[in-house]
Amino acid sequence: MFNLKNILGTKSLSKEDIITILDTADSFKEISTRPIKKVPTLRGKTVINLFFEPSTRTRTSFEIAGKRLSADVINISEYSSSSVKGENLIDTALNLEAMHPDIMVVRHSLSGIPEMLSQFIECPIINAGDGYHEHPTQALLDLQTIREAKGTLMGLNVVIVGDIAHSRVVRSNIYAMKTMGMHVKLIGPPTMIPLGIEKMGVSVSYNLEDSIKGMDVIMMLRLQKERQSKYLLSSIREYSNLYCLTSKLLEKAKDDVLIFHPGPVNRGIEISLDVMKSERSFILTQVTNGVAIRMALMYLLLENKNDNNN
Amino acid sequence: MTIIIKNGRVIDPANNIDEPKDILISKGKIKALDLPGKINFNTEEKPSVIDAKGCVVCPGLIDMHVHFREPGFEYKETIKTGCESAAAGGFTSVAIMPNTNPVNDTRAVTEHILSLAKSEGLVNVYAIAAITKKLAGESLSEMGDLKNAGAIAFSDDGRPVMNNELMRRAFEYSKMFNLPLIQHSEMLDLTEGGCMNEGMVSTELGLKGMPSEAEDIMVYRDIALLEKTGGRLHVAHISSKNSVELVRQAKSKGLPVTCEVAPHHFTLTEEAVRGYDTNTKMSPPLRTSDDVEAIKEGLRDGTIDIIATDHAPHDITDKHLEYQNACFGIVGLETALPLSLKLVDEKILSLSNVIKKLTSTPADIFSLRAGNLSLGSDADILIFNPSLEYAIDISKFHSKSKNSPFDGWKVKGKTTHTLVRGKTVYSEKTN
Repeated sequence: MFNLKNILGTKSLSKEDIITILDTADSFKEISTRPIKKVPTLRGKTVINLFFEPSTRTRTSFEIAGKRLSADVINISEYSSSSVKGENLIDTALNLEAMHPDIMVVRHSLSGIPEMLSQFIECPIINAGDGYHEHPTQALLDLQTIREAKGTLMGLNVVIVGDIAHSRVVRSNIYAMKTMGMHVKLIGPPTMIPLGIEKMGVSVSYNLEDSIKGMDVIMMLRLQKERQSKYLLSSIREYSNLYCLTSKLLEKAKDDVLIFHPGPVNRGIEISLDVMKSERSFILTQVTNGVAIRMALMYLLLENKNDNNN
Repeated sequence: MTIIIKNGRVIDPANNIDEPKDILISKGKIKALDLPGKINFNTEEKPSVIDAKGCVVCPGLIDMHVHFREPGFEYKETIKTGCESAAAGGFTSVAIMPNTNPVNDTRAVTEHILSLAKSEGLVNVYAIAAITKKLAGESLSEMGDLKNAGAIAFSDDGRPVMNNELMRRAFEYSKMFNLPLIQHSEMLDLTEGGCMNEGMVSTELGLKGMPSEAEDIMVYRDIALLEKTGGRLHVAHISSKNSVELVRQAKSKGLPVTCEVAPHHFTLTEEAVRGYDTNTKMSPPLRTSDDVEAIKEGLRDGTIDIIATDHAPHDITDKHLEYQNACFGIVGLETALPLSLKLVDEKILSLSNVIKKLTSTPADIFSLRAGNLSLGSDADILIFNPSLEYAIDISKFHSKSKNSPFDGWKVKGKTTHTLVRGKTVYSEKTN
């Protein structure tokens, strides 16, 4: 029984929750391939996309997900911090809630905002990425893509490469993957490996070349140039020398390895163009599945709400 | 006006007293102290009686680290409301940090604060003046003039003195006036953008960390400077294991180093930050359970001399924000006594030693004429019930600000009366 009020992160999701979400997403996937890509499931429901940080892929994905379920989707982009802008963030959320939306999708450049807002408003919240805390829908679409390709999740080996410290994708994937019985290894320069992350049940290494062998999934992270303090790297060139996934490196990998990237890709920095375009790359499949995952979450949150009202 | 406080357990660490006694107060001074029923007084002036049965009677508490926000930020706290909060928490003396607007870096500001305190303040107020002009860390304040105006110590609290040579000169210069320098120890280049302790929890929450080394490095730097130059160092709100050890070593060498700890740093750990409650955001940040254990050991063995609150009132508009954007600090005056008394239950300190760290030791370090019940001294007295359990209720705080993570906590140690120079400035019944 799926009875969550909000989707703030994958940390709080049980194995059963994740399976329900992935199964629901699988069943919704077909809708997006129809000539008329719309079902009436959420007709009369209102979804507000409240984005405090620039986003193309995630925002569009949520918008399409809502619209394919016939919800009314409103996009709000507010790229400055509330305290700079003048209106308090909590007031913004309370004002929007006063218009009776059914779901608020929240993205913010600072960690903890969706969780904080959930303490002030009743409307269900889906976290669309907060600072470098969590990005649950990304992790769920990653799991769906892996399960689709491999048939299972249990026991698979995943290596995640890059700027671990500033990645919300990593944290959400660690929680979700550990819950599903997968093995996670993190690779990156020590300046980008945050203190104590091993305690989340993962192994850590600094060397990409030695870590590829035997992996089922290689997940490359975007080098978030906008989040870097100037002391973390000597140069982009050296980072690329050490951590760019090239076809030469890929020779060491299993033949059926899956290559992931949450996007947007810095071509040639994290991943070479030929690897990105290769048949092992599932980067665009991830994006396709993102719509289905977000449809599934909207459906499950509102279905649950209706049940409670009955 | 004559008052007699009867039937209480009198604890006066400065005079090694811990036994049932009555106290006679006359003209604001302690006139007599004797076994229950033994005090003879002039029958012409019938004293009013305070029955302290079941209560502890001790010197009024002293807090060497408060922010009263006036002048400049009166919407957070004023000297008047800060003093009311102090009185409600059992404090009869407080020392105000200089990070007001304007900064307390000149005689005029010191005199202004002290005169406001005299006319509006319920409790004794001492002024701590800036080490550097405007707290800018660039040039020394006029320490001589500030001392003459009444300053009892110097600190750039909130802004550590980063420049090494300037800090060395500050130690040297302050020697002329024999006043301590209070350092908020934090290497700012290691904590820039940080909002909680760096470690496992900051990693999970995705919040930028403030490593404890940032504190340790500056504590060590100051001790190293002081060892050469002389002067006196008081480390504000110590929070890390290694800093406690550094102070312990300095003391074992006989260096004039003292330190304080804030109750939240021996009560909470970084785990409290989960949930992003901005009332868990302070500087230095809440640290790990290892650090808390080391602090308790430091309290036990005397490395940590005193308890001070770092009372940092912030209005809800400065706290109801994104965790990263919220102001640092919590109010502490009205929770310090019960939180400190937990140390007695945990067998870290005796009741008398807790009181000592809140009364006579701060008075000794900062040369205040306070913190004891000696005959003839000002009748600054706290009466509290050490065993009555109650829930902390922030809506009842006398402070203008309610930013405390302890709302709803079940604690023991309720102030029943606070007297300043024999005058009742707080009593439970009238509040």
